[in-house]
Amino acid sequence: MSEIIKLKKGFDINLAGKAEKKIADSSPSETYAIKPTDFVGMKRPKLLVTEGDNVKAGTPVLYDKMQENVMYCSPVSGEVVEVKRGAKRKILEIRILADREIEYESFKVYTISDLPNLSREEAQAQMLKGGVWPNIIQRPYGVVANENDSPKAIFVSTFDTHPLAADPSFTLKEDAQAFKTGISILNKFTEGTVHVNHHLGAEVSAVFVGADEAQHNKVSGPHPAGNVGVQIHHIDPVNKGDIVWTVSPYGVAQIGKLFMKGQYDASRLVALAGSEVSNPQYYKTYTGTAINRMVEGNLKQSHVRFISGNPLTGERIYEKGYLGFYDHLLSVLPEGDHSLFLGWLKPKKNTLSFHRAWGLFSFLNGKNKEYVLDTNTNGEPRAFVQTGSFEQVVPMDIYPTYLIKAIMAEDFDNMEALGIYEVVEEDLALCEYIDVSKHELQEILREGLELMQNG
Amino acid sequence: MKFLHKILDKQRPMFEKGGKLEKLYYLFEAGETFLFSPATAAKNKGVQIRDAIDLKRMMMTVVIAMIPCLIWGTFNVGHQHYLATGDAKAFFSIENLLFGVRWVLPIVLVSYAAGGLIEGVFAVIRKHPINEGFLVTGMLIPLIVPPTIPLWQVALATVFGVVVGKEIFGGTGMNVLNVAMTARAFLYFAYPSQISGEVWTQLGGETMVEGYSGATALAIAQGTVTTGGTDVVASLGSFFSFENMLMGYIPGSIGETSAIMALAGALILVATGVGSWKIMVSVFAGALGMGLLFNAAGANAFMELPAHYHLVIGGLAFGAVFMATDPVSAAQTETGKWIYGFLIGMITVLIRVVNPAYPEGIMLAVLFMNVFAPLIDFYVVQANKKRRLARAAV
Repeated sequence: MSEIIKLKKGFDINLAGKAEKKIADSSPSETYAIKPTDFVGMKRPKLLVTEGDNVKAGTPVLYDKMQENVMYCSPVSGEVVEVKRGAKRKILEIRILADREIEYESFKVYTISDLPNLSREEAQAQMLKGGVWPNIIQRPYGVVANENDSPKAIFVSTFDTHPLAADPSFTLKEDAQAFKTGISILNKFTEGTVHVNHHLGAEVSAVFVGADEAQHNKVSGPHPAGNVGVQIHHIDPVNKGDIVWTVSPYGVAQIGKLFMKGQYDASRLVALAGSEVSNPQYYKTYTGTAINRMVEGNLKQSHVRFISGNPLTGERIYEKGYLGFYDHLLSVLPEGDHSLFLGWLKPKKNTLSFHRAWGLFSFLNGKNKEYVLDTNTNGEPRAFVQTGSFEQVVPMDIYPTYLIKAIMAEDFDNMEALGIYEVVEEDLALCEYIDVSKHELQEILREGLELMQNG
Repeated sequence: MKFLHKILDKQRPMFEKGGKLEKLYYLFEAGETFLFSPATAAKNKGVQIRDAIDLKRMMMTVVIAMIPCLIWGTFNVGHQHYLATGDAKAFFSIENLLFGVRWVLPIVLVSYAAGGLIEGVFAVIRKHPINEGFLVTGMLIPLIVPPTIPLWQVALATVFGVVVGKEIFGGTGMNVLNVAMTARAFLYFAYPSQISGEVWTQLGGETMVEGYSGATALAIAQGTVTTGGTDVVASLGSFFSFENMLMGYIPGSIGETSAIMALAGALILVATGVGSWKIMVSVFAGALGMGLLFNAAGANAFMELPAHYHLVIGGLAFGAVFMATDPVSAAQTETGKWIYGFLIGMITVLIRVVNPAYPEGIMLAVLFMNVFAPLIDFYVVQANKKRRLARAAV
């Protein structure tokens, strides 16, 4: 039994500089970093290594005092060269200088015939220790899953509709078996169903098709159709008290590899994309890679912004920065810290707008036009005025404005009643993009989720 | 434009914290952002790109949509004048235009000046940015007053509208009532003799020719009922024929006479997505429905007025397009917009026909529904919450 979901609401942001589907011929970065700030809800990170220690790929480096069993492991083998701290000695980055040949911690190897008899407890122990557990994200709240929960369902979205996103069917093209194994493992954690959701209209990639222990659904529509939260809403929504897990396709494959090879395999293909990249393509590297090697000599100009992740939900990093744990994309966009004479009046045809107010002619360009957008806010923050537009880009039965206002008022009952359990930042990112009044909606939503989770 | 930017940058420290004119920072900011879009880039977290729209642009779109009404209204002020003085010219003649500009322009200027001043004062005192909403309000107010209005009344009404209608709630986006309608209601109740719809033709000191009454269509319709007449269409006569009222060759408030021009504005608002077509359509539907209901009842002459006349008489068309659709004071849910608009249409006609004290109903209907809009939204949102709860129970 599989479901077909056709969504109409949403908005595609078609940016210039998509990564070409080829792998760059370059050696991977020398340094890698684990950033505790990548893990939403990590309260008290504790270090397990000190500067100068030697680690292998899969050696635990970090854990959260509030969730002591989940290990965050080194993606590569090498030496811990620096622990970068911020204000109040907050840990920002644990930098590791990689060996030329990666050595792996070894975990137990399972053959395909072992898997059916593998118990949840045994699988769980291996995953917690082996560094792959943080791939499992829990809804509500969008935080690393609690290992003691049994979710009512597990969701995997095999396509990403964010602007410039890396294509999982390309980045995982050699990992079909790992993906299938990963799904089998995940099946042990839920009484319900593991859902794998594909893009309707595109052929299901060979990578995902073999995972026969899951229910395969198809979803169509503009962004955010690829957001797993939207898919959950239509397939098996999160109600009060429910727990659902989500895993990225990469995470599933990584879980699979841990059992097939007995290794924490953090190698990944990362897309370098954006209008300011001369040669947008994929790079073979590891989780948390330094970006300097990728961008060196590969930019059209120097006044740019590096974004770990996509331009809607990503985080700004600097030239000496590192990609985030969950990111498979480095976007490079022109920095927008410039003003425009009578900028609010000028007709604009090359700046994409969801709206059609005076002078915004981008809707005339058609869907195939690729835009070069910079990071300018195109206006100042104001109170809410425009109504009805958020609803047009959120294909869920939710009133985003009311939800946001409930959060601002710290109204717990209404946050719950209006559906805060069903959304995380990425689900409202488009609202933030199209917002006439330029609110920081994702930040506000996170504050609301924090309130609901921790009071 | 670099040099202008440099000049502004040089002045900036004076207005920033610690500067001599620190208190006037928001005035400086308003001026600066009016000239140059701000150079702010996205924060480190959250969206890194933003839509090209901002509130100024959105408000500007509404102002542009009002231009057809303004132009028509300006010619019509002249047209009515020469009609009344027995010297009628072709409608789009230069004389009509000149006379119109002579009387309309001061009203527009006073409205913007008075409102702008209040906005500035409040921005400085309350330390918030200047509200772009005034771009629209400042133009709406001149369009909904008769050309005969004394300028000091325009100023007073604007000040009242902006302060009581908006600023005491915290500015654009926080207000409960439509600002322009608040200003209009203030005039209506404070200076009824000037604004009751008896003679709204700007004579400019000249005398009226015999046979020109100068009364508005709604006043005539009311009069028909009180004098025991039986046929409103007949007493409206050929001057207030359906076509004339549709086009707007009639006396009335400056911008409201032409239903066609209001529709032109509606086209702009709907095409740009700035005004809600749902509200516009439902206001007209509500008025038509209520008109038909009265036709069926038929208790007096006004009730028997063909329902479609209600759509072109008075300010209904203008109100439906520009007043009811104000996103802040209207219902904010899509379902709510249908209900909200429909009730405005119904109440407008109800007030017109049944309440002899108020010849025009749209103003009170919009204000009344402004107050009820949050209640409508409350029930629509409540339904959403119930769906969510019901889902959990299954």
